[in-house]
Formats: sequence, structure tokens, C-alpha cells
Amino acid sequence: MTWHRRHVLSTDDWSRAEIDLVLDTTSAMVEVLGRPIRRTPVLRGRTVILFFAEASTRTRVSFELAAKALSADVTNITASGSSVEKGETLLDTVRTLTALGGDVIVMRHPASGAPYFVADRTDAAVINAGDGWHAHPTQGLLDAYTLRAALGDLSGRRIVIVGDITHSRVARSDIDALVPLGATVTLSGPPTLVPSAWRCGMTPRGTTYEPDLDRALDGADAVIALRLQTERQHAGLLPSIREYAHTWGLTEERVARMRPDAPVLHPGPMNEGVEIAASVAHGARSLIERQVTNGVAVRMALLYLLAGTPEQRE
Amino acid sequence: MTVASDLKRDAAKRGLITAPGFIDLHAHLREPGFEESETIATGARAALAGGFTTICAMPNTEPAIDSPGLVAELIARGESAQAARVLPIATITRGRKGTELADLVELAAAGAVAFSDDGSPVADAQLFRNALEYARAAGRPILEHSQDLTLSAAGVMHEGVVSARLGLPGMPAAAEESAIARDLALAKLTGGRLHLSHVSTAGGVELVRRAKGDGLAVTAEVTPHHLALTDEWVAGSRAFAWEDDAPRAVPYDTATKVNPPLRTAADVRACWAGLMDGTIDAIATDHAPHASTRKDVEYQEAAFGISAFETAVPVLLMGVSAGWGTWERVVAALTTGPARVLGIDMPEGDVVVIDPRAAWTATAASLRSLGKNTPLLGRPLVGRVIAAYVDGRLRHELSVALAP
Repeated sequence: MTWHRRHVLSTDDWSRAEIDLVLDTTSAMVEVLGRPIRRTPVLRGRTVILFFAEASTRTRVSFELAAKALSADVTNITASGSSVEKGETLLDTVRTLTALGGDVIVMRHPASGAPYFVADRTDAAVINAGDGWHAHPTQGLLDAYTLRAALGDLSGRRIVIVGDITHSRVARSDIDALVPLGATVTLSGPPTLVPSAWRCGMTPRGTTYEPDLDRALDGADAVIALRLQTERQHAGLLPSIREYAHTWGLTEERVARMRPDAPVLHPGPMNEGVEIAASVAHGARSLIERQVTNGVAVRMALLYLLAGTPEQRE
Repeated sequence: MTVASDLKRDAAKRGLITAPGFIDLHAHLREPGFEESETIATGARAALAGGFTTICAMPNTEPAIDSPGLVAELIARGESAQAARVLPIATITRGRKGTELADLVELAAAGAVAFSDDGSPVADAQLFRNALEYARAAGRPILEHSQDLTLSAAGVMHEGVVSARLGLPGMPAAAEESAIARDLALAKLTGGRLHLSHVSTAGGVELVRRAKGDGLAVTAEVTPHHLALTDEWVAGSRAFAWEDDAPRAVPYDTATKVNPPLRTAADVRACWAGLMDGTIDAIATDHAPHASTRKDVEYQEAAFGISAFETAVPVLLMGVSAGWGTWERVVAALTTGPARVLGIDMPEGDVVVIDPRAAWTATAASLRSLGKNTPLLGRPLVGRVIAAYVDGRLRHELSVALAP
């Protein structure tokens, strides 16, 4: 398997071999991060631009640490989300980014599809660090890596994703990373927060929808809880946050329905007591901190694959 | 001896086809107010290049066409363009605000051929009832953009499998169907002349079919893009509904953003079926040109609309070639159908000449419209308008350099 992609915008068309390559490269990066000096010179002289048009601390810092661990130069550009309100269009920003001459643009944007707009208009490699509701490929890959490390081969494993599926780029990228690895995914959550097509028999390949979380969890191999944005209640999509927590929140009793030791993941930041009980978030099954560590390694792997020279990749 | 019969004889010898000049019930010419997107002159010339010798200009300009003086001004500007005949549509409500009726009788007297708040459905059912009642006095049809905004306002594409995959907010088919159901009920109540703009859903077509079966005097139109393109185009497909495979484009191309949105292949098929059985009376372009500044932005922020005059004929011809409809019925829906909606006679000296085998590719430079916003750019097309006559005078001819 050789790497041939110029950008990482979504993993919806990735083969199992490509995902395996990234996860295997991630293993090597985990090893680098375990050394006393957590740094390797493979991207020396390369510039990584972090363009975040939406508030984010975790993902931005994770990419920054990843780029620095590879000895790349890192620069940050932040902008308010809406081009209308900031008076500078995304097109202007792309021209600026291109003129700055970065090798890799890591971008987060509130509009689904914005990374395609940028990738189509620049010579730099683009990594999507989250676009609207659409995709967050590095999160999907780090979740796949974390689950593979915990469970071994994911073939035949059943992973539950619970919460606000409609508005979740994490859910989409988790599906896109886990299903090619042989896992099946059970989606659970309120019908108002799951795309209508996915509730009417047209679920993505490898997935099913089970509104009853207890039934979804019975015998499952792992669960990924999604962050619930409280503004969904104001939009009329939820009667109350309290009812949501009772019906779709992960509690000790609920996670015990899964297989023994089946792990619990969450992309963070968590609303403890809403989508996940504090005792579950910090309990023995939780891999939530491991996800954060693995996130740096996955991002190192992708930066290296996109911007490392072919000789270095041998 | 008429121009038409002369042309017909010559054309047939050269493998060309002729048809009466096409009448477009639904076009956005953007003037006054948005001249960077289109002007009456550029729009009327682009229309001719697409075979439309008569075009009805939607009133959602700035200012909106809601007074007799503005109607008269539009007519004058259309005449001075010396291109396609421009017929003004006036607003239903003052300023298109959906709160009080415009002076429909006086607007009709000034030359408005119909009324529409296109782009903004009349949400208030009582006000819409009054509009249908009052339009009877004006003797003109109401062209309604039937859409329940409480269901569709947040959406940027058709709600379905593709919107779920792309993470874009959707407009469900039910937003159109429920509004059409309301509008049909009010047309039945009032006896007012209702014409449904750009019907795009299988459910909408079926509602119109049943209403006509019940004897209601309603009419409806469909656009060329809703007869060919699907929501998969938003995800990068460039396959017409009747094709299995075609080259792909970058996803989230804002040229695919249009309202009503591109629907599924099943909806496209239902629109053709409605066209063929007479449920749909007219094909109207909903030509909606936009300056690049309105389209070269994020998908969610882009303006709705497709620049459609100049690609209508090849798209329809290709659908006919694929066996989804007949050319006779397409021509009727471009000529006698819309004429009946407006209650006008077919202008006798209007003729278009089409090369049905011309293979060409639309490019930004080849479009006469200022609006280059069509997802058909770069897509191989077959069939092209090569000449158009208005009142017996040649007003458009494909230059030799561009001819196949």
C-alpha cells in the first residue's frame, strides 16, 4: 500500500488498506511520543498553517503538538465563522493562505464542504479538522485507532454511536472509518436528531438505527457518546435536556449491558450528567483520555504522509 | 409565405429542426437592482440564444415590480433591448413583503401578465386567498412558489440520503407538497387562476394530477434542471437522471444550489411523467443568474439559482433521446402550454432553429448570460439553438466560429 492522496477531506471513499496504513503509521507515531524527547525531524523546513474559523482548543492544540513533534513550523490563523459578518470571504482567505506558501493547511470551518472549496483553489495539502456537520476525519481515524488498540481486529465488532447524529461530523467520520475495518455501527438517539433518510431504511452501509439505547447497547463491543449541543432544545428538537439525559445518557447501568469491559469513548468536550454520567466518563471502561493522546499520533501520521518526502516515507 | 414555413423547408434539408419561438414563464433578469448578475438586455439576449423568444420577468428586483410605473419602465427597457420579448410579472404583495396586496387590477392594466412573489411564498393563507379572489378581477394568473418555509427555510438542498451524507440541512419534499395542497384548496375555494411554479416533487405532481382530475383549472410548470439533474449533483455527480455513470466534479459546487432543490431520480421521473400526461403544462427555466460573488462562497452561504436559458434545449433533447419523454410534448410545453397559462396568442413570426445533433460544451465564456452559475459547465451536451427569429426578424444566430 502506497500513499497517494493529496488531501484528507473525508474518509468516505477510503479503502481498508488506506485506513490500515494510517493506523499502522499512527502506531509508529505513538512510539515516537513515548520517547524521552518527543520529536522527530521528518517535517523540518515544512510549514503547517492551522486555519480555524470556528472555536476549538482541543483539536487545534492536538494538530499543533503533532506538527511540532515532526519539527514542522506552525502558524495559526483564526477567523470568525461567517464570511458575511467578518467581511472577508473564504475566497480571500484562500488566496492569503496560498500566498503565505504553507505546505499543509489544517482547517476547521462551520460550513460543511468548506475544505473542498479550499482544496480546489490551493496547491497546499488540506486536512479537514472538522467542517460543519459533514466530517472530522482525524477524529474518525483516532477513534478507529483507539478501538483497534483496545479490541484488536474490528471485524464483526458492533460499535454503538449515541446522540445527535444529524449535526455530528464525528458520527459521520466514525462510520466512514469503522465500517471499512469490518465493524458494524448501531446508531441511537432521538428521531429528531438522526437524519430522516437514515431512519427510513436508507442507513449508510454497515449501520443500523435503534432508537432504544438499552437495546442498542445489549451485547455491544463499544459505545461512542456524542456531545449534545444544548441549543438543540431551543430549536425545538428536544423537549428537555433532562429527558434526553434520562433516555439517551450513558449511565453505569446502561454501559453494563455491553460486553464485559466494552470501552466507552467520547470526542469531548463532555457535558457530564447529560450525554454521559461522570462515573462512566472517568470509570474503568473510559478510553476518553486515551483518545486525546492518540489524536496527536493520528495527526502526526497524516501530516507525515501528506508532507513528508517520499524518501522519508520509505 | 411566412418565415416559419420557409425556414422549416430549408432546415429540414440540413438536418435541423424548427419550432415556434419558446415562451418562458419564469425568468429572473435582475434589473433593476442587481445588474452585476444580469440586465434586461443581457438576459433577453441569453434567452434568444436558448431559443426563448418571449420571457416573463419575475418581479423580485430592487425595487420589486409592484407599481404600474415600474411595469411600464420594464416594458420600455425590454423593447429597447431588441432581443427576446420581455413580459413583466408584477408582485402579489406590496414590496413582496407578504403583508398586503399590491394593486393587482392597475398592475394588469399597465401590462403585467401575471402576479408572483417568487422566492417568497405567500405564507398567510388568508392573504393568499384574497390574492386569488382579486386576481380574477385583474384577469391574470397567480404564479405561486409553493413552499412551506417553516419546513424549508433552514435547508440548502433536498432532504434525503445525499443531504444526510454531506451534512447539509435539507428541504423535505413535504415542504413543497403541503404548500401545494394548501394552494390547491384555496384555488378551489376561490376559483382564482392558480399556476404552480417549478413543481419538483413526485408528490407535488400527483397532487396537481388529482386536482386536474377533479376539474380544477390549475396549471403547473417544471424546470429543465428538475427534469434532468438530481441531488447527487451536490455530491459531485454529473450524471443526468437517466444515466448510470458520468464524470464527477468537486462536491459542494454552489452551482447546484437552487430552490426548489435538485431532487431524486424518482422525482425527475415523476416530473417527466407529469409532463407527458399533461399534468404539467409548461417547461419554464427559472433562469436565475448570479454574479460570482454570490456563488464563490461556502455552500450554505451561496445564493440559490441556476443560469438556465442557454442549456435548456440540450438538456431536454437529451432527456428525449434517453426515452423519458417526446419532443412533441416538450415543444408544446415550451410554446402552446405557457401561452395558455398566460392567455396569450402564440406570436406568429417567432421561430427557433435547432441542430439536434450539435455536440458542444458550455463554458463561462460561451454563455451570453452574465450568470455563469450552472453545474452544466464542462458537461458534454448534445443539441443547440442556432437561430431565433422574433416577429419574423433574425435576432439571434450562432456565430460561425462557435457553430459545430
